[in-house]
Formats: sequence, C-alpha cells, structure tokens
Amino acid sequence: MRFLFKTDYDQDIRIAKHSGYYWSYGLLLLIVFAAPFFLEGYYIGQMTQLYIIAMAGVGLMLLAGYTGLVSLGHAAFFGIGAYTEAVLTSNGVPLPFMDEPVVFPFFLSMPLAAIFAALAGVAIGVPVLRLTGIYLAIATFAFALVIEEILSRWESVTNGYTGLLVESLYVGDLELTDGAPFYFLCLGLLIVVLLMSINLLRSPTGRAMMAIRDSEISAQSMGVNLARVKTTAFALSAGVTGLAGALFAHKLGFLSPESFTVFQSLELLVLVVVGGIGSLHGAIFGAIFVLALPQGLAILKDYLPTSIAETPGMEPFIFGLILVLVIIFEPYGIYGRWLKIKHYFQMFPVYKKATFKRQKAYMKSERLK
Amino acid sequence: MSFFKAENLAIYFGGVKAVDGVNFEINQGECFTIIGPNGAGKTTIFNLISRIYDSTEGTMTFDGQDITKVPPHAIASLGIARTFQNIELFEHASVLQNLLVGRHCHSKTRLLSELAFLPSVRKAEVAHREKVEEIIDFLDLQHYRESLIMNLPYGVRKVVELGRALCTEPRLILLDEPSSGLNVEETQDMSFWIDDIKKDLGITVLMVEHDMGLVSEVSDQVLVLNYGRMLAFGSPQDVQNDPEVIKAYLGE
Repeated sequence: MRFLFKTDYDQDIRIAKHSGYYWSYGLLLLIVFAAPFFLEGYYIGQMTQLYIIAMAGVGLMLLAGYTGLVSLGHAAFFGIGAYTEAVLTSNGVPLPFMDEPVVFPFFLSMPLAAIFAALAGVAIGVPVLRLTGIYLAIATFAFALVIEEILSRWESVTNGYTGLLVESLYVGDLELTDGAPFYFLCLGLLIVVLLMSINLLRSPTGRAMMAIRDSEISAQSMGVNLARVKTTAFALSAGVTGLAGALFAHKLGFLSPESFTVFQSLELLVLVVVGGIGSLHGAIFGAIFVLALPQGLAILKDYLPTSIAETPGMEPFIFGLILVLVIIFEPYGIYGRWLKIKHYFQMFPVYKKATFKRQKAYMKSERLK
Repeated sequence: MSFFKAENLAIYFGGVKAVDGVNFEINQGECFTIIGPNGAGKTTIFNLISRIYDSTEGTMTFDGQDITKVPPHAIASLGIARTFQNIELFEHASVLQNLLVGRHCHSKTRLLSELAFLPSVRKAEVAHREKVEEIIDFLDLQHYRESLIMNLPYGVRKVVELGRALCTEPRLILLDEPSSGLNVEETQDMSFWIDDIKKDLGITVLMVEHDMGLVSEVSDQVLVLNYGRMLAFGSPQDVQNDPEVIKAYLGE
C-alpha cells in the first residue's frame, strides 16, 4: 500500500501524483516509442490506426464523458476533418490573389482541418444548447446524416461516391504518411491531445464541464455560463475528432462517404462506453477494444459452424450485445474494471468486494429541470 | 437603502399564482427567514432571486443594482450564492472539486492558457485552493476532502453544499431548508454555522426553513407566505403568535 503525504497544494495539481507514475507511464512511453523498430509493417499500421481512433475517442469523451452531452454524430466531425485535409493537401484550393490553387503543407492543413471541424461543432452545438439526453442524441444523429449527404452530393469538392484520392505527404524525401514516420506523427499528436485534455480537466473550464454533466442547475448558480461552456465543449470535441479525421484520411489514402456513416458514430460511442465513460484512460482502452473486436471475431469465425459464422449482421450484433452487457454489469467500462483490479493488488490481503458496490440513490425525485 | 429589496414580486405558471405580489426588504448582516406551508412559494422566490425563473411582475434590487433581468450565471459573481432543497451537488466529483466549482465565478483564466496550463493558471489554481481550504477549515470538512459525493452520507452532503455556496464569497447567501433531513445534532451544528456565517463572515442570510426551533434561534426577521401571498411579517416570536399564521398551519 502507498500512503501519500501531502505538504503542498501543487501535489494535487500535478499530473504525476507520485513516483509510481514516472515508472509506469515512462515504461509505456518507452514501449510505444521503441515499437516501430521491432514490429512488422502490418502491426505498425494497426498501432497507427489505434492512435487515430483513440484520438477521436478522446474527442467524444470530452463531450459525452465529461460534459454529459451524448453525441450520435461524431462521424460527421471525423468526416469533415478527413475531407478538409484531403482537399487542402491534394488538388489545392483556389484562393483570391493567387494564380494557381494553393496546396497547403501538412502543418497548416491539419490545424485547419481541426478548426473546420470545431466550427462545425459550434454550428451544431449552438442550436442544440437546450437539448439533453435522447433528444440531443437524435439531433446530432440528424446532423451526421446531413453531413453524410453533403459529402456524397457536393461532387465538385468531394467527388461524391467516386471517391477522393488523398496524396501522400513528404518532408524532403521522407514520406510522412506511411510506416514509422506516420506512426510517430500520430503518436505525437495523440500525446499532445491527451496532455491538453488533462490540462483542460484540471482547470476551471474542465471543472465547469463536469459540473454541467452532474447538475446543470447548480452549475449555473455557481456562475457557469451554460451556453458558453457547452459550446466550448462541442468545439473542442469536434476539433479533436476532426484532427483525428485528418490523420485518418492519410491512413485510408482514399476517401468516400461510406467511411463516415452512422455506423462509425456508433462505433465511437461504443468506444467511449466500453472503454469507461468519464475517463481519458477509457478512450484508449475503448480504442483498443473497437480495433481488436472485429479481428477477434474474424479469428473466431474460423472455429464456429458455418451456419452461425456466415449469418449476416453478426458483427453489429456482437457489438450491441457487448454494449448492453457493459452498461448493465460494468458501467465504468474497461477502465472501471482496471481500477478494481489495481485496487485489489494495492489492498492485497484486505480487499473487500463491497468497496465498489454501487449504491442506489433515492434523492433524485424532485430535481429541478 | 436596503441591501436586498423585492417589490411586488410575482410569477404565474399559467393560472397558478405561485408568488403573488410579495414585498420584502433585507438589511445587511441579518438573517431573514421565509416560512410557510408546502406550496406557499418559498422555493419559487429563491428560484426567482437566482434567476432560474423570470418573474412575471415586480423588481428585485440587490445592493442598489436591479437584478430582475440579470442572466442566471451572472448572479454568483454579483455576490449571491444558494443551496438547494434536494442537494444539487456534482455527484461524480470529489468534495474538493465541488468546492472548486464554487470558485468558478472568480476564475479569469482563458481557455487557451488552460489548455497549455500556463504558470498563470497554476498560480490561480493554488489561490483558489487556498480559499477553498479556508472554507474546509470553517466547516470541518478536512476528513472528506477527497471523497466522492456519491459515497457521502446525506448530512455531510448538506454541509458540502453550504461550503460550495460559501466558496463563491457571497454577500447574500440563500439557504433552501438547511436542516431538512438532518438529525437533531446536525441541525444544532447547522444553526451554529448559520450564526457564524452571519456574525464572523458578515454574510447576509436569506433562508427557507420549517424547523421553528432553528428559525427562532438564528433569524432576525421572519416572513410568512401562504398560497404565494404574504401572511405575516416580524420577529420569530411575533410571527409564531400571529393567529393568521396558526390558522394557515393548523387550520381552524
């Protein structure tokens, strides 16, 4: 067991709460930075994809997990980021006072993709300010359908269902969007996004987001401007997801509207819930889950009788089943389970099952809404 | 010039006159209590003052400023804080985080500097924390600092909510039934704290309360409401002996 003696307020503000953090996260960083030197190309690609999905997951986590606004339309922001990146870096954009279309370098196009997605986030965030719960989910769902339709119909820009080729990016002779360099780009950006999220969550705006999640009415009475904080949450969430989308565009190499459907939105929501709602760890665990499950199922199919393995809709069914089971038996997802296992070893001989027993609350009956 | 003044305050929900032409004045540094039977409009008055509801008629002035049309999130920075009848704490956060949210109206850091967690943000956070620790000392909450609200007993939650309101450094604090759900001992503690809030911190208290023992112990003036209208007004003793009040509570 570890006892923390606190002598300074800064100890509660610091990211690394005790020396154990340096060891465990240091080891993790060492592993992920060394990985491309030992892994084969296929696995490097998988890890890269993991980082991209995790980043999108962090985006949705900020909104759904921390602000309590469930979005069923995050594929739209993902798609906006991806298409913005593809258009800016491939054929270029005709700008005033320029003779030829301007092709943006990646260090400009990626922030622009994030900003475009963030603006889209504000555009949807403002009209739905007063919606919560299922109604918000329906509104964002509709928004995602609209964006999907725009991506397929605005053919002069997106090429519709013919698809859009995404050019590879080069820095000098080095191809940035493939293999190890792309791995490090995605990893670096994921780390930056995570650090910024941690910073946000330990400062007033982040606390205001969590306050809104738990009780809008008292957040408001404490001086939280609901409209502003919710819009900020939407913008940040959409921006992070858009940045992930920009990276995803290079990962795919070829964009079509089919890559950004409602199923993608659902997958992100499953990621957040199964990973562990309300924790950044959860976004990472969830991304591992979402990426590993289809592969696991593919392997499993070899061992199942053909009549079951070939049933259409097998994968969505398993997805849904796991989602329901997680909500019933482990509401805090994989991260919740991880905490329990960690706690078990920390407390070793005296661990009690009741520590994490859920209590029923009876106080909610007369809440002001 | 009175500290807080409500003139002809009224709110109608369709045909229901929840508050109907109520006038009262609160002097600085006193404890003003509103009592009345269920559904008399006590909490509605609180919701009007904290601007959750828009009043149908009437004006409210606080410290010389008209607050009838102020947006609800600006009320805290004017110096009015409140607690809720059915505890509205942030359940999935620790006591410390809840109290820090109480400091929100004093935070001036900008989003971009927060994302980078610049030294200025860190400095502001430590300053907030120092203020929060003062409140923790004041209410004896040291023991619960790190606990999640969802794991705390009701009595402690009530105190945390009081603490969160105090963290906004209010000049007027609205307490909605501070003793509801508390046992005798906890109610006694609460009455000491209300007295301390009034005398030591110099905060004006406006409260809604049913426990007449607590009311007569701490209040300077009492306003009785019934069906949204004013029934009686005066010192706790006067009000308790008023025949109209007895009639409203006990019937004829």
